Amino acid sequence: MHTFFRLSGAAILAACLLLPGCASVASRGEPAPGSSRDASARKAAPDFELKDMNGKTIRLSDYRGQVVLLNFWATWCGPCKIEIPWFVEFQRTFKDRGFTVIGVSVDEDGWEAVRPFLASRQVNYPVVISTVEVEQKYGGVDALPMSFLIDREGRIANTHVGLVTKKTYEDEIRRLLD
Amino acid sequence: MKTKSAAFWTSALALFALSLPAQAPQILTLAEPQKVTVPRQGETRVALQLSMRPGYHANSDKPSEDYLIPLRLTWDAKAPLEPVEILYPKAKLEKFEFTEKPISVVDGDFEIVTRFRRAPNAAPGPAFLTGKLRYQACNDKMCFPPTTIDVKVPLLLQ
Repeated sequence: MHTFFRLSGAAILAACLLLPGCASVASRGEPAPGSSRDASARKAAPDFELKDMNGKTIRLSDYRGQVVLLNFWATWCGPCKIEIPWFVEFQRTFKDRGFTVIGVSVDEDGWEAVRPFLASRQVNYPVVISTVEVEQKYGGVDALPMSFLIDREGRIANTHVGLVTKKTYEDEIRRLLD
Repeated sequence: MKTKSAAFWTSALALFALSLPAQAPQILTLAEPQKVTVPRQGETRVALQLSMRPGYHANSDKPSEDYLIPLRLTWDAKAPLEPVEILYPKAKLEKFEFTEKPISVVDGDFEIVTRFRRAPNAAPGPAFLTGKLRYQACNDKMCFPPTTIDVKVPLLLQ
């Protein structure tokens, strides 16, 4: 029986690696959705400095002391569009408890594509346009949506590649805020 | 003994793969185009054979939503053949977890056919057609950045 489980586990892991999204998650050493990495195992979120739609500099390190949901997305990404209304709601609900979402768009057309989208969705959190350097710092953005939940000490507590449930995010945010 | 050995090697392979950096996966594969013989007169059809990884789709050439990036084949202008019409595969309407209504996509194995006419000044002999195929793929949970495949078709002009 033991051997069976060992074999099954190995087979699942190997099969997972053959699936792109799964491989991305696996290679990032993810905890199960809804749980967070132990604080001691968390790595520092790479800092960056990007401009928002109004030219204001958004520096990740300026948010130290807050819980940050860093979301890489694009206007052409269907699953991203599902999540964005959740993030708008999280921003409204948790902002006063020391939480913010930062959206990082990977749209090739930059603000030309992003500006109308933000207006139509009444996005209430900072959004910036990505650069290759920033994406590389985060291990490469090879699939979207890709989100990092960053604790108050500026460390990555959770990473999600692909669509997860609203509850998963909500549970993780609450845990980091408490 | 056999099962232990299998478990060891499978785990070793998995661990090796885990140590590799994350890479954008190859989702759409273009089969090596075969040489096309171009007659002196009349139409030439060039078919590109494509294969989408199971579980994935690309937007069709006519996406049902404005925000979606279409499947698009473009041929370089300086070629012995001039494109007359590009025939994209028949799209299917499919509903995904992230869509409110079905969207127009292609998946599985399909082909894109281009009808060409010979350029008036095209000299006989070997030549190449070059172009680019741009697509944007997703699965049910995630999407991948737009990707461009370089296309090169060997020709023999009679």
